[in-house]
Amino acid sequence: MADLSIDLAGIRSPNPFWLASAPPTNSGYQVMRAFAAGWGGAVWKTLALEPIVNVTSRFGGYNVGAYRMAGMNNIELITDRPLDENLREIAECKAAYPDRAIVVSLMTECTRESWHELIRRCETVPLDGFELNFGCPHGMSERGQGAAVGQDPELIEMVTRWAKEAAHVPVIVKLTPNVTDVRYAARAAAKGGADAISLINTINSLIGVDLDSWLPIPHVDGKSSHGGYCGPAVKPIALNMVGACAKDAQVGIPISGIGGISDWRDAVEFMLMGSTSVQVCTAVMHHGFRIVGDMIDGLNNYLDGRGMASVRDLIGKTVPRFVDWNDLNLDYKIIARIDPESCIRCNKCYIACEDAAHQCIDRPADPKLAPVVDEEHCVGCNLCQMVCPVVDCIEMVRVDAGDTVHTWREKLQSVPL
Amino acid sequence: MAFPSVSLGPPIAKRLSRLEVQIEANRCLNCYDAPCIRACPTSIDVPRFIGRIATGDLLGSAQTIMDANPVGASCARVCPTDQLCEGACVYKADENPIRIGDLQRYATDWAIQTGTTLFAAGPPTGKRVAVVGGGPAGLAAARDLARMGHAVTIFERDPEAGGLDTYGIVPFRLPAEIALWEAEQVRALGVEIRTGVTVGETISADSVLAEYDAVVIAVGMGNVPRLGIEGEDAVGVWDALDFIRIAKMGGDVGRLGEHVAIIGGGNTAIDAATCSRRLGVPSVTMYYRRGAERMTAYGFEIEFAQVEGVEFRTYVLPKRIVVENGRVAGLELISTDPAGSARPLPGTERIVPADTVIAAIGQTRHTSLLDAFGVVHDVNGIAIVDDGMRTNLPNVYAAGDCMFKPGGIDAMVVEAAQRGKVAAQSVDTFLRAEVR
Repeated sequence: MADLSIDLAGIRSPNPFWLASAPPTNSGYQVMRAFAAGWGGAVWKTLALEPIVNVTSRFGGYNVGAYRMAGMNNIELITDRPLDENLREIAECKAAYPDRAIVVSLMTECTRESWHELIRRCETVPLDGFELNFGCPHGMSERGQGAAVGQDPELIEMVTRWAKEAAHVPVIVKLTPNVTDVRYAARAAAKGGADAISLINTINSLIGVDLDSWLPIPHVDGKSSHGGYCGPAVKPIALNMVGACAKDAQVGIPISGIGGISDWRDAVEFMLMGSTSVQVCTAVMHHGFRIVGDMIDGLNNYLDGRGMASVRDLIGKTVPRFVDWNDLNLDYKIIARIDPESCIRCNKCYIACEDAAHQCIDRPADPKLAPVVDEEHCVGCNLCQMVCPVVDCIEMVRVDAGDTVHTWREKLQSVPL
Repeated sequence: MAFPSVSLGPPIAKRLSRLEVQIEANRCLNCYDAPCIRACPTSIDVPRFIGRIATGDLLGSAQTIMDANPVGASCARVCPTDQLCEGACVYKADENPIRIGDLQRYATDWAIQTGTTLFAAGPPTGKRVAVVGGGPAGLAAARDLARMGHAVTIFERDPEAGGLDTYGIVPFRLPAEIALWEAEQVRALGVEIRTGVTVGETISADSVLAEYDAVVIAVGMGNVPRLGIEGEDAVGVWDALDFIRIAKMGGDVGRLGEHVAIIGGGNTAIDAATCSRRLGVPSVTMYYRRGAERMTAYGFEIEFAQVEGVEFRTYVLPKRIVVENGRVAGLELISTDPAGSARPLPGTERIVPADTVIAAIGQTRHTSLLDAFGVVHDVNGIAIVDDGMRTNLPNVYAAGDCMFKPGGIDAMVVEAAQRGKVAAQSVDTFLRAEVR
């Protein structure tokens, strides 16, 4: 049994699986259920000095084929319940589960007094850390809060500093992906004294338009506004942003990874790219708190299988491999090989290569035979392997000698300016 | 529609739920040059019609199916899909092929239920074509010819079009409404369907030849031939096709008794057997002269009959029908050579209980009709045609069940439809050449 416990800037939890600040952490009832199921931590749904008013409807699902909720978005705001009620429930949860991390998400108007007041009142109950919600892209941003702060590095740094002045527990800054380069926001948080960053918050989105009514989805009495997009579909975007912050020397603080994490494999990927803890929301909204059991067992089995004693040994291990395009080896050459035994003759590889890649898969005259790669012209793009429905049918095989490295950066440097 | 809607119990095919359709339609890989298309005699673009179901374009889906196969709704119910599209599906190796037949039924059911007319006639060419026989081949030929702009008349001897689909397949496999809807789709293109007209009797072949620029002979087969044994004319001896036809139309088949004996091993024999069970006969036995593996009935039909409680006896021939007071009172059987030659073995005779005997030992051919048109045929009575279904006469083409070789397994509705399509294409080429 590997050690799954983590320590994010002083916030400890028995495993890296935290619930993200979202509908599943709206109440003590839910967080108690989550902890009973095994979640290592929970980031409480964002608190403010005064509750807001929410709308109906609130969520929209993006389905791909028969797969439900490959992505989802929401136009729900922060907590719509009184601060004192939330704080009482936080105390109850912490008392019942003292070993779990309870991080409280915060949002308030952009004044020093307001932030100090909110933190002071929250610290009247036991909690393990704060997460500053600088990411919520809808509604609150129109009030100068949430992503409105997160899109301005100067505001991030200023508000983070205010929070740190008041807080006696670690402060995490949650970043919005709705920026050109998330590193500037991360650097500002670090500069403001943040103990850690968490990312990504949700992405500006519109789920769809109803083909019968022509109304946007979801709609509120016939109208909608943009919402925050999350779920499995956003994972690659989140992973890139986590990696970008992890390898940036000017950021240099721990990361809590968020964005489409649905199972233990996603968690491992985020940790390899620099996350210390991972936060989950959509997968719970899809399947319930019980998924954490599979995540814990899967992660443990993975670590045991690799002979690793601690999950902490995963953190950041892939980051050095995440470089600029200019540093990629131009001499590296792979080609596709199709296994005729496991090939089911769907010809997806053929038509993908023929119409969308480099016309280097041939079909024998006899349709009963498997397609064959023209190895001389194959550029090793991976597309055929990606469209192939059969696991391990198409293998990408290295064909260069493997003893030379040439990069575009070298070429740039060899040209006199 | 004047045709009575008789179901004789629950349909064999389970209708897919919307959830099943969603899962199944999205499971299709959309193969390129898909093997299911190649396996379909009419080359239905299966991935396309399934993809259109997945995106909610049921009109486009039904058009894709019916464009390739004018009797695609019937075929969705009667095709041996495990030997055709589903047998070729790339998922077949994992014993989990896409349920293509069920999805085809879903899309065509949508068209039937919404009363949608799927196609329009082409710009008129001024040419007239006669189609003799309104079964699957005739409807397929007529439908395509009408879309090509020719004025088409179908001569159909029965009161309704559809042929075997309408009259000869049990309603719990293929309800008559489905075949009649397909005929309506053809009629909607302006095709005149003259029912109750037997070419060669009601109207002469010569007058058809004189009146039309081209003729497609698309007749099926005739009655079941006589067994040639003693007692055959007793009350309670049936031609299987007459039996199924009357039962399907809600007619009275009279007293069947406790024991029904079916003679034969093809799909029609199965239909007569399951039909008897659905009519309440406690004991229904199929008697076949060779081993079960030689039966021409589809495997799934045999399985279905077993589930319906039909019993099978192989390597036996009927020798005599026992008659009392003019009625069937028993069946004398004789065993046949276990090597499979169907040669009777003297001394093995015995009498089994039978109150009704239904013969399903093949069908006779309409050779005289071919003779009346002057169409050259072989000794089996099969018209000799080229690849385009053209006979020795440049303006006469032949398709339909009448063209299938005896004992062949290609005698499928879908194959008849394909031959009708091929004939229509050839007729069109012929007529357009004439115009120039």
